[in-house]
Amino acid sequence: MEKERLVRDRILPVAAIVLIIILVWYAGAFFMNAPFQRDLDRRANVTSTTSEFIAKTMAQPKPVLPAPHQVMQNLFENTFLRSLSSNRSLVYHSWVTLSSTAVGFAAGTLLGMLIAIGIVHIKTLDRSLMPWIIASQMVPVLAVAPMVIVVLGAINITGLIPKAFISTYLSFFPVAVGMVKGLRSPELLQLDLMRTYNATAAQTFWKLRLPASIPFLFASMKVAIAASLVGAIVGELPTGAVAGLGSKLLAGSYYSQTIDMWAALIAGSILAALLVTVVDLIGRTVNRSMGGRSA
Amino acid sequence: MTLIHRSWQGVLALLLCIAALPFLPLLLAEAASPFSTGSTALILLLLIGSALLSFLALPARLLAGILFLGAHLSGWLLLSGLSGNEGMASASFFLLLGAGWLLAWRCASGLSAIHPRSRIEGSILRLLIPGIFGLWILILWEAATRGFGIPFILLPPPSAIGLRIAGSLSILWADVQQTIFKAVVFGYVVGCAAGFVTAILADRIAFLRRGLMPIGNLMSALPIVGVAPIMVMWFGFDWQSKAAVVIIMTFFPMLVNTVAGLSAAGTMERDLMRSYASGYGQTLLKLRLPAAMPFIFNALKINSTLALIGAIVAEFFGTPIVGMGFRISTEIGRMNVDMVWAEIAVAALAGSVFYGIVALAERLTTFWHPSNR
Repeated sequence: MEKERLVRDRILPVAAIVLIIILVWYAGAFFMNAPFQRDLDRRANVTSTTSEFIAKTMAQPKPVLPAPHQVMQNLFENTFLRSLSSNRSLVYHSWVTLSSTAVGFAAGTLLGMLIAIGIVHIKTLDRSLMPWIIASQMVPVLAVAPMVIVVLGAINITGLIPKAFISTYLSFFPVAVGMVKGLRSPELLQLDLMRTYNATAAQTFWKLRLPASIPFLFASMKVAIAASLVGAIVGELPTGAVAGLGSKLLAGSYYSQTIDMWAALIAGSILAALLVTVVDLIGRTVNRSMGGRSA
Repeated sequence: MTLIHRSWQGVLALLLCIAALPFLPLLLAEAASPFSTGSTALILLLLIGSALLSFLALPARLLAGILFLGAHLSGWLLLSGLSGNEGMASASFFLLLGAGWLLAWRCASGLSAIHPRSRIEGSILRLLIPGIFGLWILILWEAATRGFGIPFILLPPPSAIGLRIAGSLSILWADVQQTIFKAVVFGYVVGCAAGFVTAILADRIAFLRRGLMPIGNLMSALPIVGVAPIMVMWFGFDWQSKAAVVIIMTFFPMLVNTVAGLSAAGTMERDLMRSYASGYGQTLLKLRLPAAMPFIFNALKINSTLALIGAIVAEFFGTPIVGMGFRISTEIGRMNVDMVWAEIAVAALAGSVFYGIVALAERLTTFWHPSNR
């Protein structure tokens, strides 16, 4: 019964929508590639039947919009069939991006938590820092990314650190905001109880505020890790970087390697989905081990 | 102990002033135009005087005013003495600046303890406290870059950025017009409208909602900016390709938030609407859309930043010779770092104004919501 409902209410609609997207994609690939193919045929003096023509639009080496199977084939080849150190291997590029994402995410989470703890405990910081934290996100940080990279490159800091720096900037904000909310989530009643126990501020923090903030922390960490991945990818765009999903995108756009670009994009999406899932799983495990009810 | 309790910043500031004494003068011996003895004495007097006053039980507003004047006058005197002596500041200079910063902190914490008497005073305080914080970031930034003589390329002082903004207003304005008034506004309006319409459709057709929502949630975690090079390839170098990126980036947050908002109206209210025999359209217009407004505005706010980011990043992949992203990427190549910072400042300002307009519209439309009363 339960399983049947899962299929009917979850899997079936999603599958249908995905199918529609793929069909639209194929149709789009045909219509966007057709003019160029017609041009090619005219020059080569070939007249092809409709089905041949459709097949040809799906098999161009540098199509305007590659067909899904072309992208999937490229993705599969570059993920599983290349040696891991090869420049064409998507695993290698993903690993480069992932490493700076992870460093930036860790630093950003730590920074966000520290800021949140400061804001909750020091009233002056709350009044003076909080508006600036919100304003800091008004700066289109990703637009600053090339500058950060070039400037840090000028003092011989290259490679992982500048990219991680951008990821840090992007990921500290959701963590700080979520954590402030979480640290303030204990109710007055519970805080009063701590006071009747004559608990110190540190004890209240460790035994009440911090545990109460954990669900909020993990919810915002999911946002933060997606943001740090975006930061790392964009951070790889301007450096003339040699490795990483972002540089793969840039190289693809320079040489019109559209299939490579789409494959890199899909690889980035898979990476993002994986990272969010991992954070989600860790969050659930921690929550359960702390005796929380599953939400 | 009571002194520390009343103003630990004052105690620390006094200690810093004393520590600065053996390192005087304020600039190194080789400096071209050193501080006169008079102005050094004035700075010390201002700092020590306001630090001592912070121990007295003065009225909070008076004390905050005195500290504000003391900290910022001395900071201004210190900074203005730097001109012509870049990179020549001695240890005492930074110790005194640190003392000034501590006094400003004491001033801010005094201000945040004040219970405002009227609404106007409350909103002045709400602006003033973060204002002091921002001002001191600029002061410390200026002092650090010019006092240590940090290379201009690495980090230009804010005053140079300000001059640059004032000097190239016409270029900046052309960039803003290209990026914001063409790409961002068009993409934002179309993207949000498309997301909204799709959300209404998804609300009407349950099958569509069940299929679309997991995908929408997934998409909001994906690096959508990555489609920028593809869009540039499809729609050319002008603003249309940037608008396309903005549309894609703003679509999904709007969809997800609106669908969530449409289920925000309570069962009680819906039952009431049913007992009035109102149809789907009436319930939607009169109950569920108004109830969804906070969610929709949340999406509009998220999208205001996303739109700006999308347009600027898309410009890295090719533009005509105008636009904020274009300016940033070319000026960084020519090592005109001050121009890049000027562009960033303008982008931040534009983002804040954009956000502010959306927030204002939210105030006006959802005045009934508990969070606005």
